[in-house]
Amino acid sequence: MAVQSSFKNMSLCLLVICLVCSALLAGVYALTKEPIDAAAKAKNEAAIKEVLPDVAVTIEEERTVDFEGATYTYNLAYDELGNTVGCAINVAPSGFGGPISIKVGFDINGVIWNTKVLSQAETPGLGAKCVEPAFSDQFKGFDPAQKTLAVKKDGGDVDAITASTITSRAYAEGLALAAKVFDAIAQTPMPLEADVEDSAEVSGSDPVIPSEVEESIK
Amino acid sequence: MGKFQLITKGLIKENPTFVLLLGMCPTLATTTSAINGMSMGLATMFVLILSNIVISAIAAYIPDKVRIPAYIVVIATFVTLLQFIMQAYVPDIYETLGLFIPLIVVNCIVLGRAEAFANKNSIVDSALDGIGIGLGFTCSLTVLGLVREILGSGSAFGFKFIAGDGILAFVLAPGAFLALGYLIVIFRKLTSKKAE
Amino acid sequence: MVEYILIIISAIFVNNILLSQFLGVCPFLGVSNKLSTASGMSMAVCFVITLATVVTYLLNMLLVKLGLEFLQTISFILVIAALVQMVEIVLKKISPALYASLGIFLPLITTNCAVLGVALTVVKPSVYASAANGMMNLGEATVYAFATSLGFGLAMILFAGLREQLSLNDVPKAFKGIPIALVTAGILAMAFMGFSGLV
Repeated sequence: MAVQSSFKNMSLCLLVICLVCSALLAGVYALTKEPIDAAAKAKNEAAIKEVLPDVAVTIEEERTVDFEGATYTYNLAYDELGNTVGCAINVAPSGFGGPISIKVGFDINGVIWNTKVLSQAETPGLGAKCVEPAFSDQFKGFDPAQKTLAVKKDGGDVDAITASTITSRAYAEGLALAAKVFDAIAQTPMPLEADVEDSAEVSGSDPVIPSEVEESIK
Repeated sequence: MGKFQLITKGLIKENPTFVLLLGMCPTLATTTSAINGMSMGLATMFVLILSNIVISAIAAYIPDKVRIPAYIVVIATFVTLLQFIMQAYVPDIYETLGLFIPLIVVNCIVLGRAEAFANKNSIVDSALDGIGIGLGFTCSLTVLGLVREILGSGSAFGFKFIAGDGILAFVLAPGAFLALGYLIVIFRKLTSKKAE
Repeated sequence: MVEYILIIISAIFVNNILLSQFLGVCPFLGVSNKLSTASGMSMAVCFVITLATVVTYLLNMLLVKLGLEFLQTISFILVIAALVQMVEIVLKKISPALYASLGIFLPLITTNCAVLGVALTVVKPSVYASAANGMMNLGEATVYAFATSLGFGLAMILFAGLREQLSLNDVPKAFKGIPIALVTAGILAMAFMGFSGLV
């Protein structure tokens, strides 16, 4: 260590290192921002496709809905003819290790088509099993109007993961919430004309379509 | 010490996990499966090699009293770089390892090698040292992950070979301590026999 | 108030930072030989974690405002390092007695991953938050940090007590030192798993 320490060279040295490092990071951040966003977008789109019926070909831009004081995001999906075929809602119930971010896909009758965990921090080997088909497949075709979205221990119809009641309970609660949000979306009068036109521009679908959702639900 | 020995010493003689007992937090926390352990090892190795190279290059110009903060800034920079790269290209692994990627900054192995080796050796030697210690860390984490995965979930590298669950405790926190404790004992037994 | 009590119980027992989150294991194994050093270390960690979390939480608000979240890791560790230095200097001036008991542990704390770990945890969405977007407010973050560090102290002191007893026993040669400590920690972690249904 050749250099003698003095106040001047110490502060100069740290300053230079910090400047170089922040400049480097800012550069790389700008470079990788695009792939990071692209990866997140691709993941989100793949998840939407996975939770909705195969006939859904056009996915609309994300919309938001207010329900019981909180805001939720969802995507509507259309088939080739432009009919609404499903709706993917994002919920994030609190699990054991943090929020479990789930995408829940409904067909137009309000029956769950499929669910997909986007991110979770549950205990590996226990709660983390909520991403496995052994647990999540039970929700395929689950009709919230017929069955209860709660674990069997609480008198519902959901099989809990062994030794992970908290995670299973959170998952079921999240889905129950999504079902309520779906009802709210289906019941609210269709978004303002301007809104519809906006989104129609993006997705290229017919602005009249959304009203059909309501009818078919009735 | 030969160039080749620089690489191999990290595997046995100076194995960071089983002999030097450094970097225990990620060792225990991320080895719930062999793949997770290996990813964590490789991530640490990436930071270790680059920080070793840079620190050995700039060590001569840094005043002695501020060397530790300077090293920490360099290490933190590479860790943040790693975060960007992982987020962009392997987002799933990034999410699984979670908090423990930024925590590579405070992994004593990285700062330890900077202080004990990189700041007084040539750039090439420091790079080799980074590779060696990094490999040792990766191997030990993979082995520990494999043992816990086989016992705890009945699978190896994600391939199931028994139906149902294994001994769940081994995937959970207590199993991490127990498995590491017994592996160190086995490692000591094996190496002491070799020495005789 | 109830939320705060839940955070405290959960952070001390259920999600114990050492025995279930594996943060700060290095000092846990390194300085747990004697009860007195273990309690000194715990107090120093408790002080630094709480202080560092408050400071980095405020710093993070600034970073978010400027759109510089990607500098989180690097700025947090610098602030923690500087803070530890400052605590050391201030303690030396104000209370030499306290410095004598905590001083030697302070330099070790910068690279204790518990400090950075907690600082990074409280700025991420969490189950303890009352706000709808899952982010903790400053009060919750402070209580969480303090309770977590109490959990650190509890595990540390229990473990040091066990190890003091253990040192009197004759263990097989290959188990001497760290391996037997790890096995002990494993059993202690199992005991703490019993709390998992508590909250």
